[in-house]
Amino acid sequence: MPYGPHTPGDRERMLAALGIDTVDALFADIPEELRASPLNLPGPEPELELAARLQGLANRNRTDLASFLGGGVYRHWTPPNVDQLLLRGEWYTAYTPYQPEISQGTLQSIYEYESLLAELVDMDVVSASHYDGATATAEAGLMTCRATRRERVLVSKAVHPHYRQTLAAYFGGGLELDEIPLVADGDAAGTTDLAALERLLAEPDRPVAGVIAGQPNFLGLLEPMAEIGRLAHAAGALFVSVVEPVSLAVLAPPGAYGADIAAGEGQPLGIAPQYGGPYLGILASTDALVRQIPGRLVGMTTDVNGKRAYVMTLRAREQDIRRDKAASNICTNQALLALAASIYLATIGPHGLRDVAAQGAARATRLEAALAGVGAPRIHRGAYLNEFAIHVPDAKAVHRRLIDRGVLAGLVLADFLPDEPQLEDGLLVCATEVTTDVEIHAFAAALEAELAAPGVGSTPLAVEAAR
Amino acid sequence: MSVVGDPLQPTLFERSRAGRGGDKIPHPPKDALDRIPAEARRQTALALPEMNEPDVVRHYVNLSQLNYAIDTGFYPLGSCTMKFNPKINEWAARLPGFANLHPLAPDEIAQGTLQLLFELEEWLAEISGMTAVTLQPAAGAQGELTGILMIRAYHRSRGDIERDEVLVPDSSHGTNPATASMAGFKTITIPSAADGGVDVEAFDAALGPRTAAVMITNPSTLGLFERRIGHLLEHVHAAGALAYMDGANLNAILGRFKPGEAGFDVMHFNVHKTFSTPHGGGGPGAGPVGVGEKLVPFLPSPRVFRGGSGRYRLERPEERPTSIGRLRSFVGNTGVLVRAYAYLRAHGGTGLSQVSDDAVLAANYLRKRVGEAYDIPFDRACKHEFVASAAGIKKRTGVRTLDIAKRLIDHGYHPPTIYFPLTVEEGMLIEPTETESVETLDAFADALIAIARECETDPELVTSAPHDAPVGRLDEATAARQPNLRWRAMAGAEMPCPD
Amino acid sequence: MVPSDLRYTKDHEWVRVDGGEATVGITEYAAGQLGDIVFVELPDVGRHLAQFAVFGVVESVKAVSDLFAPISGDVSARNDALAGSPELVNSDPYSEGWMIRLTLAAPDEIDELLDAAAYDALIAAG
Repeated sequence: MPYGPHTPGDRERMLAALGIDTVDALFADIPEELRASPLNLPGPEPELELAARLQGLANRNRTDLASFLGGGVYRHWTPPNVDQLLLRGEWYTAYTPYQPEISQGTLQSIYEYESLLAELVDMDVVSASHYDGATATAEAGLMTCRATRRERVLVSKAVHPHYRQTLAAYFGGGLELDEIPLVADGDAAGTTDLAALERLLAEPDRPVAGVIAGQPNFLGLLEPMAEIGRLAHAAGALFVSVVEPVSLAVLAPPGAYGADIAAGEGQPLGIAPQYGGPYLGILASTDALVRQIPGRLVGMTTDVNGKRAYVMTLRAREQDIRRDKAASNICTNQALLALAASIYLATIGPHGLRDVAAQGAARATRLEAALAGVGAPRIHRGAYLNEFAIHVPDAKAVHRRLIDRGVLAGLVLADFLPDEPQLEDGLLVCATEVTTDVEIHAFAAALEAELAAPGVGSTPLAVEAAR
Repeated sequence: MSVVGDPLQPTLFERSRAGRGGDKIPHPPKDALDRIPAEARRQTALALPEMNEPDVVRHYVNLSQLNYAIDTGFYPLGSCTMKFNPKINEWAARLPGFANLHPLAPDEIAQGTLQLLFELEEWLAEISGMTAVTLQPAAGAQGELTGILMIRAYHRSRGDIERDEVLVPDSSHGTNPATASMAGFKTITIPSAADGGVDVEAFDAALGPRTAAVMITNPSTLGLFERRIGHLLEHVHAAGALAYMDGANLNAILGRFKPGEAGFDVMHFNVHKTFSTPHGGGGPGAGPVGVGEKLVPFLPSPRVFRGGSGRYRLERPEERPTSIGRLRSFVGNTGVLVRAYAYLRAHGGTGLSQVSDDAVLAANYLRKRVGEAYDIPFDRACKHEFVASAAGIKKRTGVRTLDIAKRLIDHGYHPPTIYFPLTVEEGMLIEPTETESVETLDAFADALIAIARECETDPELVTSAPHDAPVGRLDEATAARQPNLRWRAMAGAEMPCPD
Repeated sequence: MVPSDLRYTKDHEWVRVDGGEATVGITEYAAGQLGDIVFVELPDVGRHLAQFAVFGVVESVKAVSDLFAPISGDVSARNDALAGSPELVNSDPYSEGWMIRLTLAAPDEIDELLDAAAYDALIAAG
């Protein structure tokens, strides 16, 4: 037993107190015919061997490539104080703050998280967190249905495909989900088709509860959010904006263009990529929707002595009290990741966050120029912040071969939006403040070599060579 | 508590001073944003706090000290399995090879993590007796939703579209009925029998051609093994319905009962309970789901596969059209799953069996001790947790379970889960786990017994507790009537920033 | 002793009939059992309610309960003061804490409800 305290003597003492000889007596109520077959598993592993195994597995992953991969998850500089504070046992080994008198640390930190994010998205209410951007978006879709008592939601095809798939699964219980197509060509290519949105909103007898669009969208492009919101509201629908939080230091926040709900992925706020999670689902709304927002909320109040204190509030919306009538079944949230985001924001500050966003845009400008210079121009004409689609002949094969040259060339768009002919040979690439000139040069050089002579003269250490 | 002075801390916003902090990131060129159209740009100031790093660190260290945690003391929170969170797990999850891997990384550069996930699925399948496992769900409740959506898809695939009801015992976790509603089902609540188990007569009466699934927590939320489980499962299947097991209480039965072997069709694991991943103040967790043969086609996508050459890969989009799709972005809470994997490997098969044996032994020992001063409504062998009740104390003294829970704080303990399950009057659900020593169990029992005495001799002392916590009892009514959910008193930083 | 001029449901709503109109709320006992009431959700004016249909929800800090119409009718008014001051249900359940008024559809239904003595007996039995 690696972590158990019991000596054989301890166990004997407990058994004796219970008047039994063996612990088997405590399992006698499991019907004999239903008892388990023996666990066919390896034996225990001493910590030293376990550490070696884990290190070996971690080493089998390659995280040394010059990476331009974003697609909803972004590399950023995280000040080391974030993780060091997270490693305090008082934070990560505590449970949900059901006993507020001995959980004021967690409760205040959540209140501060709600406040920080409310400021960032410019909205009134922020939930104490959801699982990730996809589930926060799905919950936002369900909120619009509850609030309007309508059963149909429109989602832009330029919202992250995983988010749309999650919406579809969450709507599997009987709600309708329709996609708003993308503009095919021209200056607005790759953004939400407003004319199609108007048509979908006007379909007779199919009232729309909510309209969901992303800013920036999955292709990195900036959407006409105010216009989408205006069309949604004119049809009596609510407007959900799917946001990337770092961008909100420089882009208009959802509250500024009339969104009713903001959802998004909080990973860029100090959270490591770690192959998919745990991340941070951001969900925010106007005051008008406070009773529709699912998940925990923490409020400021006072204790019996009049001292300022914090407590979970509006609890009666939740599953443990309202059971089958609850707004959502969510229980576990991402409190520790919300804490990471708060520490990140407090440390980086408002000017720092703007620098992160603007620096990403500046690096992306350089990346765009470097790639265009070697024959991989942007696909779209619209404005972007720090992520964009490029055209590369035979994109999928080139993407794979660039790994051998030490470059992770973003993601292959045909795998994510297979029915968009314009994206057939597209790669989605991004830059952030951590993207270096060396990496950009390595990418451009490797791509140039690859396009000139596929597979020839590839060196796995292109980045090292460039350094 | 080692905070100096008033333990309560000003907010980040009150600590902020314009001009503090910064310089973590090089300033961007002045024209960095010139290509962004004005109408897309932020026009208003961003009122985030401005702080230097030392103040940020003190703020969060001081706040942390207002928390009770497993690392600071005994946390017998029933139904939550607050066991020790091994430190090697934290080390492992932070290894750069794991932590820095992008979730959309091609399979060929993610082989280590894919292997770990594949092996974790195999371990969980063996532990549960299930055919296959998905690691995608982000938490137990999401595992439930995954399971119920698969059951829905299963019935539909057979043209069986009339089934719109899910049976749930009245002692269940609230997530069960909430999940059923979310998936479009009606919840039928089944009462408990006098012995704490499911009322079989009511259960059989409710079962029928409209039953899609039953959701059973076993051991139940009373910490009791459902002795009639064989009968229940037989009848569920005879009615054409499927059986979902809420695996919240798996810590009691590792190596003793495999739900899949016994006939359950689907179950979720709470790795943040059974497999020691930290609760993080409310999350994150992970809620893998195991399924029997019938539900394999409907598992969420993507699954993790091992090819003939020992290479691992993720299922491709659209590879399996019967899938219910995806319940979240990417593969799952992989960082949490790394910790769970480390825990399983550290224990091995024999260690896991010992975990349950010790957890059950500890719970029964504590039941016996607590029974010296409290009612034990179901006084038979419990599993990993048991319910005690202060109903007798309340009748005699007027002191409620809530008061006793608050008084435990003064004695240095986190209170147990109280007033759950709802079916027990003045109940406390107590779960010691296998990582607490017999000395800790005795000291906790002594504290509870001492409080029971205080209820008789000085009830006011108990009803006004806690006396030794950073704050007293909270004004929850005002918090709910006039919610203050965000700080509003801070002016924004001037934008754009001076470079 | 509960007010003698009212009728009661087994679910702890009270009703006061005055001509063709009825006023509805919840009893002091119910409010006490729920604890501090923090939110009351009421139907829009004009909605028709069948007898014993759910017309709203009352929430306390840690509990939630459906509200049932004691008698059928159309909602003619609702107590919007409860939106800002839900505590009125605790402090003055039979007067300021009223919830809705109904234009009666079937006045005879009143006979199916408990009188004060019967309701007193119900709560005495727990």
